[in-house]
Amino acid sequence: MEAHSLSQTDTDPVVRFDEVTKTYDDGGVTVEAVRGVSFAVAPRRFTMIVGPSGSGKTTLLNLIGCIDRPTSGRLEVCGQDVGVLPDDEVTDFRARNVAFVFQSFNLFPVLTAYENVEYPLLLLGIPASERRARAAAMLDAVGLAAYGHHRPNQLSGGQKQRVAIARALVKHPALVLADEPTANLDTRTGAEIIALMRRVQDQQAVSFVFSTHDPQLMSHADETFAIRDGRLVEVLQ
Amino acid sequence: MMTLKIAFRNILRNRRRSTMTLLAIAVGAIGIVLFGEFVRFVTAGLETNAVDKVGHLTVFRTGYFAFGAGNPAEFGIDDYPAVVRLIREDPTLAPRLNVVTPTVSLAGIAGNFDLDASKTFLGTGVVPSERDLLSRWDEHGVNRRRRLPDAGLRDDDESRGVVGVGLARVLGLCEPLKVRGCPARPVAPRVGGASLDGDLAGLAREDRPPVPLGNSGGSPRLDLLAATAGGAPNVVSLLVSRAEPQGVRELDDNFVAMHIALAQKLVYGRTPPKATGIVVQLNHTADLAMARDRMRALFAEHHLDLEVRDFGELQPFYKQAVGMFGAIFLFIALIMGVIVLFTVVNTMGMSVMERTTEIGSARAMGVRRAGIRRLFLTEGAILGAIGATVGAALAQVIANLVNHAGMTWTPPGQAAPVPLEILTAGSAGLLARVWLALVIAATLAALIPANRGARLPVVDALRHV
Repeated sequence: MEAHSLSQTDTDPVVRFDEVTKTYDDGGVTVEAVRGVSFAVAPRRFTMIVGPSGSGKTTLLNLIGCIDRPTSGRLEVCGQDVGVLPDDEVTDFRARNVAFVFQSFNLFPVLTAYENVEYPLLLLGIPASERRARAAAMLDAVGLAAYGHHRPNQLSGGQKQRVAIARALVKHPALVLADEPTANLDTRTGAEIIALMRRVQDQQAVSFVFSTHDPQLMSHADETFAIRDGRLVEVLQ
Repeated sequence: MMTLKIAFRNILRNRRRSTMTLLAIAVGAIGIVLFGEFVRFVTAGLETNAVDKVGHLTVFRTGYFAFGAGNPAEFGIDDYPAVVRLIREDPTLAPRLNVVTPTVSLAGIAGNFDLDASKTFLGTGVVPSERDLLSRWDEHGVNRRRRLPDAGLRDDDESRGVVGVGLARVLGLCEPLKVRGCPARPVAPRVGGASLDGDLAGLAREDRPPVPLGNSGGSPRLDLLAATAGGAPNVVSLLVSRAEPQGVRELDDNFVAMHIALAQKLVYGRTPPKATGIVVQLNHTADLAMARDRMRALFAEHHLDLEVRDFGELQPFYKQAVGMFGAIFLFIALIMGVIVLFTVVNTMGMSVMERTTEIGSARAMGVRRAGIRRLFLTEGAILGAIGATVGAALAQVIANLVNHAGMTWTPPGQAAPVPLEILTAGSAGLLARVWLALVIAATLAALIPANRGARLPVVDALRHV
């Protein structure tokens, strides 16, 4: 039940879009959010999806995170065609391979920082002793060892995002998706969070995919996919 | 365990709303438990009221129950002492028996010829000491706060009897018996000649035992007229010890209890005495079905032409009243259940709406739809469990307060007010059923919002503001 459970080589793309489209029905009007996009995301990189508001970058991120399905085309995540999986299987796939860092942190307010970090391990059925050790180590890694018993409402924005990063990484996922992770943080805290993600990305050899238009974050990109009107318009290495 | 922890903390999250929901469930539990315990008290009272008069089972000669009232002499049990012995000495029945006593039921005319007053009556002949034992049966403890009057009859005095207050009033016995609240008989002007059939009065005078007035102890005398087994009219005198209210007016206006020997003398004359029934009272009502089966087998084994009827058949009012209270209880429980259902649906619906983003986050992290559903169902069950527990505990406190408030009421079928009680003893079954029903209701109520939450598309849930 750990990440990287699929038979992937170190050089295989972690995400592969092949003529993927995504349309929505918005009050009777069909909206094409993604139009025949094809690209691949290399593993263990800081990958950015950038574009103006409404360009379709969040939709792409949702598709990669398997919380949305392509209308047509083929989407492979960690070598798995996720478009064909039934709901429970795709949910289990997410639990094992994909983690999210949200703009608004999305921590569970009734759980402490430690419990928030421990939660994904519970979903994977990790034994209690290992769970405790990994959650504590992860909190330590993000510099919040002393804040384990604090509820989210007792933490600052930066601390919350650190907890969210610890929660995302504690299960050793193949892929971390971050939707505007620095948008709700001040510049200094944002820089700290970016540095933290970069550090753990190096340590855990995990792939990060960001949706952002924060220049500070974009400056750390290994690879950037520019999206406009649902189409891939530029790839920057 | 984590689901339980999250569910419990979510309940504490919006304390005011959770408190109101818990209050609604607790009030529902209080209502159902209190009324349920009151119904148990009423049912136990009705059962006690029936069993302390007619026992649990009555043995009749086959056909008596359907036809015997028209001819009790014809349908009497021959050699009834042998049948009584057979029942008392049966090793299966013996440890379960409280009383086995013969009885004679009869009908006739009671006359107070000193006042030229007469009235049809329904009489019962009993063995006084056994009747006393019968009337003290109180398995459920409903009479423990009442002082029961003695029967007014004695084994060694065949001449005495007890009448209903209504009969005493009609026959002008209220004044000599000093019955409170019973008006004295007005003196009616005579119309025409003799008001009473001369033959009947003469028959009564002939049949009166030579009891000197001094031996009557100042008790008024009634003359009872009935047809003997041979069809001839027969008269006996009865010294009335007391008038007792009988609860039901029809019975109160007709009731006469007397020594069995006097009743036998009236019905069977000089022929060998019989009993119209043998009343069997058990220690515990729970043994009724077993005792009835055993007695039927016993009679079949000894080729006795006897049938066995239970108190529910002899007193249909018992079943009707129990059925009525049961229906009212069901109605109240349903209303309370619906209130609980809607309250929890509303609370959980608001909770799902407020926590839509959390649902999206959990689903994105890998929680299945079933996991979301389970979380909200757990919250519903916890609300139900806490509310029902608090409600059941408060109900017991209120019940004790009521029981010590000294309130009285007149139950159906009884003449005098009795202490109003909410039967808390032995209510564990009722409490468990109410608790379980409310927890199930609260859990089921959470199912609708839980399903709504579980079916939310993850993307829409995460976008929710």
